[in-house]
Amino acid sequence: MVAATMFDKVWNRHVIAEEEGEVLMYVDRAYFHEGSSHAFTQMDKRNLKVARPQQVFGFTDHYVPTASRAGGIAGIAVPEIRNMVINLHANADKYGFQLFGFDDPRQGILHIVPPEQGITQPGMLICGADSHTSTHGAFGSIAFGIGASEMMHVMTTQRIWQRKPRTMRIRVDGKLGFGVAAKDVIIAIIAKISSQGGAGHVLEYSGSVFKNMTMEQRMTVCNMSIEGGARAGLIAPDETTFAYMQGRPWAPQGKAWDDAVAFWKTLPSDEGATFDCEVTLDGAGITPMVTWGTNPEHALPVTGTVPDPRSAGDDDKRIEFETALEYMGLKAGMPLSDIAVDRVFIGSCTNSRIEDIRAAAEVAKLGKARVPAWVVPGSQTIKLAAEKEGLDKILLAAGFEWREPGCSLCTALNGDQLKPGERCASTSNRNFRGRQGTGGRTHLVSPAMAAAAAINGHIVDVREMLRK
Amino acid sequence: MEAFTKLKGIAVPIDEPNVDTNQICPTRFNKVPRGPAYAKVLFHDRRFNLDGTEKEHIFNIEPFKRARIVVADRNWGCGSSRESAVYALYEFGIRCVIASSFGDIHANNCTKNGVLALVLPEADVIALRKQLHEKPGAELDIDLAAQTVIDASGRKYTFDIPPARKKCLLEGLDDIARTEVYEAQTAAFEAAYRAERPWLYQANAAQN
Ligand code: SF4
Repeated sequence: MVAATMFDKVWNRHVIAEEEGEVLMYVDRAYFHEGSSHAFTQMDKRNLKVARPQQVFGFTDHYVPTASRAGGIAGIAVPEIRNMVINLHANADKYGFQLFGFDDPRQGILHIVPPEQGITQPGMLICGADSHTSTHGAFGSIAFGIGASEMMHVMTTQRIWQRKPRTMRIRVDGKLGFGVAAKDVIIAIIAKISSQGGAGHVLEYSGSVFKNMTMEQRMTVCNMSIEGGARAGLIAPDETTFAYMQGRPWAPQGKAWDDAVAFWKTLPSDEGATFDCEVTLDGAGITPMVTWGTNPEHALPVTGTVPDPRSAGDDDKRIEFETALEYMGLKAGMPLSDIAVDRVFIGSCTNSRIEDIRAAAEVAKLGKARVPAWVVPGSQTIKLAAEKEGLDKILLAAGFEWREPGCSLCTALNGDQLKPGERCASTSNRNFRGRQGTGGRTHLVSPAMAAAAAINGHIVDVREMLRK
Repeated sequence: MEAFTKLKGIAVPIDEPNVDTNQICPTRFNKVPRGPAYAKVLFHDRRFNLDGTEKEHIFNIEPFKRARIVVADRNWGCGSSRESAVYALYEFGIRCVIASSFGDIHANNCTKNGVLALVLPEADVIALRKQLHEKPGAELDIDLAAQTVIDASGRKYTFDIPPARKKCLLEGLDDIARTEVYEAQTAAFEAAYRAERPWLYQANAAQN
């Protein structure tokens, strides 16, 4: 038998038919949110129905307010947003899919809740109405984002047409240094392969660094695969995966659990499987990272300085760097740790899980926030767990704000946004111009680095704080 | 879906790599129902001041206001999966974007809306943009069936396109129509699949 990659094993088992170089694939799960209204509009126009309501899931996250949940849906102040939420609730009633609605005690971000509920499982093909659907690859699933037309097709047929991508293995071995987070690992990978390096590829993260990660850390890594240009990124399921899943509401139970685990164990890439492309990083060489520009590949170790566009390489790169620095209001050569921030955001599907909040609280214990600093848990489940541990108290005592779950300042859809020119240290995934609000400036960092920036009022190497 | 066969029209050069879908359609416009209003959404925050007055931007000036084609750089349409970025292009009048590479999801979204995401080598897109700057309003002539682009000087470029993508665009073929042909195969597939992985179909096992 030919040695197969994990990607090939999962992919091949979902192929229904082939035509003109594309395959018709069976979709195990579809995830969408209140902003996926364009897909429902198309369905209504054509009078189509949801094909497999048990396999599609709705979430309220992108637009929902994070200040307070008082008053329930009726209490959502912005009428447009209230209507979007009402519409998604109405569609759930009409079509019978599971909705984690605005008032659901499990409400949260569409890449946070499905793993938490055991809905995301190894070996699946998962489509989401959001590019960070790559998150679910942390379980050894092929999971990728699609647009509204494709989502309409998935919802009404439970299938999707795809062209087979190439594979890229990203190997990171070695022991991560003190104070280095999963977020730093993925930012370092993107800085290495560039923001389009993974285009047309599915990534498999392998090596001891990922093997030693918790599921939450693996999700942070896979989440940002799209920032490296890849639609999906996978990590092999193992005992860590199974231990995380066992007992979660949608996870198989009893004999089904044993059957499932036996099957999941067959998924990892075979010894000797070949990839179209291989990239290697030294885990021990990775440091806390921070982005200085307007693209996730514009990233450097926090110990570095803002790059000089003249040393960027070719003319195109020079112009790209100059434009980015102008937008970011930064001068070449200044130490990254001199960058003063106006705000801090700890949240998003990249970094809003319980371990992220613990990491932030650990640092928050060491001082008081000098700038407005928000902590937005990824789900009600996480919020509750954090409160049980007393993390909210630690954060509040340090002057951080503790908010209701949602996408919030990651994408500024719900009104949580930066003012023009405002600078934010953020644990989210995109530092694009205007991503956090028109004219806003974003520096991507890990949760501990974000909390450290809040306490110092500027970017700082969190290791210096933790060592003391 | 609208078919794409041939297109001759004004092309606008955008000299910027990594144009993400946030730039093409700023996030807050995502919720606008699809329609002509999207023409103004295209590059909105680059084109308009906060008070709604126009900024200096290539999309705001003649002849580029009438552009049907964008000639971009590398990694056009990276980032978010929002299809509204395509609606903005479409309503502005754009039916083809030429770039040396695309964000995968955006390129798919283009195809599903009859917009051709056309890949040419880096050197060619640079040459084309240079020409468009020198001769504002110059037209490009695109023939999808022949897989060619002819510029104002008569130079011909050929491009590759995945066969399925080409067929769907040429025929205006919709995915659902393609899928419907496979109902019997799907039923057989699903029956076997369900037997093999029954646990996938349990709704909230803990509550059963
Ligand atoms: S948190 Fe940000 S990246 Fe994640 S789903 Fe929400 S908007 Fe998208």
